Amino acid sequence: MIDINKIRNDFPILNTKVYGRQLVYLDNGATSQKPLQVISSVAEFYSTINSNIHRGVHYLSSKATEEYEKSREKVKTFINAKSSAEVIFTKGTTDSINLVAFSFGEKFISEGDEILVCETEHHSNIVPWQMLCERKRAKLIKIPVDNNTEIIMEEYEKLLSSKTKLVAVAQVSNAFGTIHSTEKIIEKAHKFGAKVLIDGAQSIQHFSTDVQKLDCDFYVFSGHKIYAETGIGVLFGKGELLSQMPPYQGGGDMINSVSFEKTEYAELPLKFEAGTSNYVGAYSLLKAIEYLENIGLKEIAEYETELKNYAFEKLSTIPGLEIIGNPKNNSGVISFTLKDIHFYDAGMILDKMGIAVRTGTHCAEPAMKRFNILGTIRVSFSFYNTKEEIDILYNGLLKVKQMFE
Amino acid sequence: MITAEIQNSIVEEFEVFDEWLDKYEYIIELGNELKPYDEKHKTKSNLISGCQSRVWLNAELIEGKVIFTADSDAIITKGIIALLIKILSERTPYEILNTELFFLDKIGLKENLSPTRANGLVSMIKQMKNYALAFKTIVENKK
Repeated sequence: MIDINKIRNDFPILNTKVYGRQLVYLDNGATSQKPLQVISSVAEFYSTINSNIHRGVHYLSSKATEEYEKSREKVKTFINAKSSAEVIFTKGTTDSINLVAFSFGEKFISEGDEILVCETEHHSNIVPWQMLCERKRAKLIKIPVDNNTEIIMEEYEKLLSSKTKLVAVAQVSNAFGTIHSTEKIIEKAHKFGAKVLIDGAQSIQHFSTDVQKLDCDFYVFSGHKIYAETGIGVLFGKGELLSQMPPYQGGGDMINSVSFEKTEYAELPLKFEAGTSNYVGAYSLLKAIEYLENIGLKEIAEYETELKNYAFEKLSTIPGLEIIGNPKNNSGVISFTLKDIHFYDAGMILDKMGIAVRTGTHCAEPAMKRFNILGTIRVSFSFYNTKEEIDILYNGLLKVKQMFE
Repeated sequence: MITAEIQNSIVEEFEVFDEWLDKYEYIIELGNELKPYDEKHKTKSNLISGCQSRVWLNAELIEGKVIFTADSDAIITKGIIALLIKILSERTPYEILNTELFFLDKIGLKENLSPTRANGLVSMIKQMKNYALAFKTIVENKK
């Protein structure tokens, strides 16, 4: 069981007053708030450990490097990678996807090849592939979803062929919270020799991840959505694949030796970590994961599911409120429209009541287009949210309806 | 009336509202009452796209004065458009270019003009000034 009062005390920002009202933060899909354990770890790092990693022989440098590698080891265990060499630190999900699009693309994509992405993906999981396809004259193909926002498996299977080189799908859709059947998607892609990248930006914080069980070739996520600092992210890639891929950026730390005749690149994972890494961010990620493990991923998932079910039940009683997606196959996000009320109007009034939600396209314009809408109101949860907050949201939405109808 | 006076009168109108709720209810009322926008002017070139709400703005120069008409898909945005039109439409290009918009700040609705809200209003004001500048050149060339 989660001790909600104790947890809320860990997050100082939750006490913020917005226009004189108590903040109700329901925009966790955009970014999560940080517990004191993470906030203070950053100050602690700068006060006692800070020094550049992998550089000096001196005490602090080796201590900072140790913490950085400890974080990598922690991530490895957290997602159950085979080896910590398969864990690359990046700036975030977008950076991780761009790395794969460039590096995997350089090595494995050529003219006429095909890349499949789900049509409801975040722009970050569309645009880098689009750029790659333009560069290599490859073809980007969308995997259609049904009216419940779920991938149509038969259609997906039809799209797979020997030309398919890569499939990129979110584990949980950021726009609708849909949990995609990633295990099936991966299995089917592998039959055609295609590699699969799973965008874990909206799933890593909600349920436990096992990249070996998934058998995905790449898995990416951002630190800031899992209670760590901004500017740190992770790319997991299968070792044998990463070893074949060329470096993404050149610079310090990613080399073994440099001469004007020939530069020897470093081994994994450093090959992909050019320049001074965000090692303080990595430290905050270590602390964030420790914090989550202390509460328990299972407990978090149970509590969040209860919260989400309560919200679904409550919100679906509001006349004119249409939820997009299947409540039974959803994680952390409820996306909806209000009949005849623009999401911007609703969002502005909710904001005035201290309720933070996201409105608009959620960086997924093709997803909105698929459902013939301009945008939605998106409510996204964390384990620090409460049923009382859902009630405040419910009353807020009733007020919105009253004002605009 | 000069544009500053109109702005002052709007500020006065809003002074009767103590509560944000009343202010917004009034804005919504203004939005609902905004003069209908001619559908034929809902063109792509008149569209100002914010990622939150969309705004259409049309401008014509008639007898030396700029006539603005505008629309939005969001009512709050429309309400603010109504105020902007009240201040800036049927003015000479010179007047428009010399108007400092201070009323939104004074009536406590400045957040609607924050570029981070991406509702199209900031771009709309910029576009109104651009029109004024373009029309000013036309007027001066005629002289």
